[in-house]
Amino acid sequence: MSEKTAATTTAGPPTVNRANRGVSALLGSAAGRNTGLVVALVLLCVVGVATAGDRFADVDNVLTILRLASVIGVVSVGMTFVITGGGIDLSVGAIVALSSVWATTLATQAMANDAHWLVIVFAALAVGAGCGVVNGLLIAYGRIVAFIATLAMLAAARGLAEIISNRKTQIVNVPGFTAFFDASVLGVPVLVVIFALVAVVGWVVLNRTTFGRRTFAVGGNPEAARLAGIDVRRHTVLLYTLLGVCCGIAAIMLVARTTTGSSTHGGLYELDAIAAVVIGGTLLSGGRGTIAGTVFGVLIFTTLSNVFTLNNLSISAQAVAKGAIIVVAVLLQQRLARRSGA
Amino acid sequence: MTTTTAPLLSVRGVVKRFPGVTALGGVDFDVRAGEVHCLLGQNGAGKSTLIKVLSGAHRPDDGEIRWQGEVVSFDNPTAAMRSGVAAIYQELDLVAGLSVADNVFLGHELSTAGFTRRAEVHRRTRALLDRLGHPDIPPDRDVGRLSAANQQIVSMARALSRDGRLLIMDEPSAVLDQDEVRTLFRVIRELTAQGVAIVYISHRMEEIREIGDRVTVLKDGRTVATGLPARETRTADLIRLMTGRDVAYDFPPREPFDPTAPEVLVVRGLAAGGRFSGVDLTVRAGEVVGLAGLVGSGRSEILEAVYGARKPTAGTVEVDGRRLRRGSVGAAVRAGVGLCPEERKSQGLLLDQSVYRNITVSTLSAFSRFGFLDNGAERARSRELTTALDVRPTGVDRAVRTLSGGNQQKVVLARWLLRECRVLLLDEPTRGVDVGARSEIYELIRDLSARGVAVVVVSSEVEEVLGLADRVLVVREGRVVHEGPAQELDEHRVLDLVMEGTAA
Repeated sequence: MSEKTAATTTAGPPTVNRANRGVSALLGSAAGRNTGLVVALVLLCVVGVATAGDRFADVDNVLTILRLASVIGVVSVGMTFVITGGGIDLSVGAIVALSSVWATTLATQAMANDAHWLVIVFAALAVGAGCGVVNGLLIAYGRIVAFIATLAMLAAARGLAEIISNRKTQIVNVPGFTAFFDASVLGVPVLVVIFALVAVVGWVVLNRTTFGRRTFAVGGNPEAARLAGIDVRRHTVLLYTLLGVCCGIAAIMLVARTTTGSSTHGGLYELDAIAAVVIGGTLLSGGRGTIAGTVFGVLIFTTLSNVFTLNNLSISAQAVAKGAIIVVAVLLQQRLARRSGA
Repeated sequence: MTTTTAPLLSVRGVVKRFPGVTALGGVDFDVRAGEVHCLLGQNGAGKSTLIKVLSGAHRPDDGEIRWQGEVVSFDNPTAAMRSGVAAIYQELDLVAGLSVADNVFLGHELSTAGFTRRAEVHRRTRALLDRLGHPDIPPDRDVGRLSAANQQIVSMARALSRDGRLLIMDEPSAVLDQDEVRTLFRVIRELTAQGVAIVYISHRMEEIREIGDRVTVLKDGRTVATGLPARETRTADLIRLMTGRDVAYDFPPREPFDPTAPEVLVVRGLAAGGRFSGVDLTVRAGEVVGLAGLVGSGRSEILEAVYGARKPTAGTVEVDGRRLRRGSVGAAVRAGVGLCPEERKSQGLLLDQSVYRNITVSTLSAFSRFGFLDNGAERARSRELTTALDVRPTGVDRAVRTLSGGNQQKVVLARWLLRECRVLLLDEPTRGVDVGARSEIYELIRDLSARGVAVVVVSSEVEEVLGLADRVLVVREGRVVHEGPAQELDEHRVLDLVMEGTAA
């Protein structure tokens, strides 16, 4: 008969401020959060038009923004899953680099030219998935904190990429591959189509499947999820594997866009992806996540860079603005969370 | 103790209410300098709330606390400590990773211009440890590496470092072995000889006899007797004072249970290293078996092991004649076992997620096709269940966090109702649940057993075990010490089995 028992007995239910419920329901809902992001994006576009005029509002420029957003966007969608599931992955940039290098070695390219250019695609996907599996196993079964396990992967994967490529940029010379990814579907570049597909599939999986539901459960309260009969460790491995596959896809897109594989690809992707996910409204502590928010997060950052570049502002100024946006977004998020009585 | 001493602490008519519950409904007692005053009461009697009020963690809603004759109000634990009142909680509030000395002076570090005076801190810590009869504890040792007993000493040193005049000890012997308890008692005697007063909480009668001076009994948040002589008052009298309840629980009428029903859950020789051993348990379809015992007796651990959440070191668990894989929750759930865990909030629920998601989390495959969930069906089934269980407020999209304890428990029960499980394990099913919702939960448990579910109930409240169960197992120190039909037992007998003879 513990005293804790009595303590819980007397703790009682949390009181909810009824007056605030109407407002908070709107602001706290996914729609409310995304409204904020849409407003931010529109504001950015207005600034873009005002400062750079035709150069910003040009169709080619918009496609450039989208093409740039696509690669990091795919990684961010995967990252949304891992963070919603209560994890973090710092190794995404390194995995992208390793996948891009492995998929463009002379041997792989020779095979691709002999057989089919899809060899490159499968190579990148396999490498990404492999790295993800290793991350997942280390975290779920090796019980290494995600931060540390993926930090180790960050170092190791980029190192391995340097060894394989001998620190040289590997130029892709597989005509079928380049042609496919350079194409457009109804005027929309294939890269953007891929990002859109990944985002839609990601949304469906997160919100409409048992896998997605379990992700929320595992991230929200792993102990309760375990006692409800969910195999939390297996699910954790699957989450990191999924992100690894996303990194593989991103690597393919990056290789196609730059026609190179390089150990320097994907630099700081981990920070960009985490930032996009967090300003999108996904809770860094897990249990709450939104794919739509992540997509907006990615678009906001990419548009910001574009506007700055068109105005001849330095990369450094962009970095400062990015930092400010992250802080403001997270502060707003916290206030919304508090108002919704969580 | 001479009876002429003015009380150090005097509590009059203290009331503490929480939303939906009155935790303390009028507590009176005095503590004199240099005495060991024992607080006795069943679970939920309000002991821990009282401690929190006395130590400044909670503010009372009504009543008066006098400290050395003057009315005081401790707004926070620091204020209480400054006056000389310190609580030593069951779960010790020490910071592992910091040294003994750092822990003792945590929050009132000795410093000059921001620099800690290490030598002084060590010297004073050593002096305090000496005073507590433990010069063997090195002040620079990491607290996390000390034994539970020594950690308790450090906690006491911390209280004394603030010039503590009254120490409140919450079941201090629960984590100690016999020798350590003896040392603790020696320390307590030395402190009381120096005029320090102790409020001592324990369930172990023989300890109260040995160390206590006077006893105050709490029941349902009120003082029912105070100032009883600890050595002379008969155990039977104390137990009667503790149990004679005002709050009547409504136990729905018991359907006669069919003793020839098939055995659903069969546990043989279950053991888990040091926590419990040799547990045999058979539950038939439609039977409710109660496990009674103190916290730490191993009852919750037994449930966890049956459920696979804790890996047993020996023994087998069979459901409907099929043996379950050891230590696999998945296997247990697939075989139709459900658990409502003890810590509902931390182990049972996804607090920020909606009611329906909490209900369907164990049955997702029933609502999915090729992995795609049918949200409409999930909501519809959840709505049926919450209506049947009268979960209020209604609305399956509401976050579980916004529900009261009783309604949260109904959500957990709904999860297993939905799964139509064969065996339901309930760990403290009415903890934190108000009286009204309690009877609803009791009725629900009866309902389930009437439908042929095998139910195992663990509860600290003896009345609950007796009211619900067909058969009762009493667990003490990891062993089943009694097994028999509930009708043959009464509260006194069970409390005797649970408490008396618990080796100190």
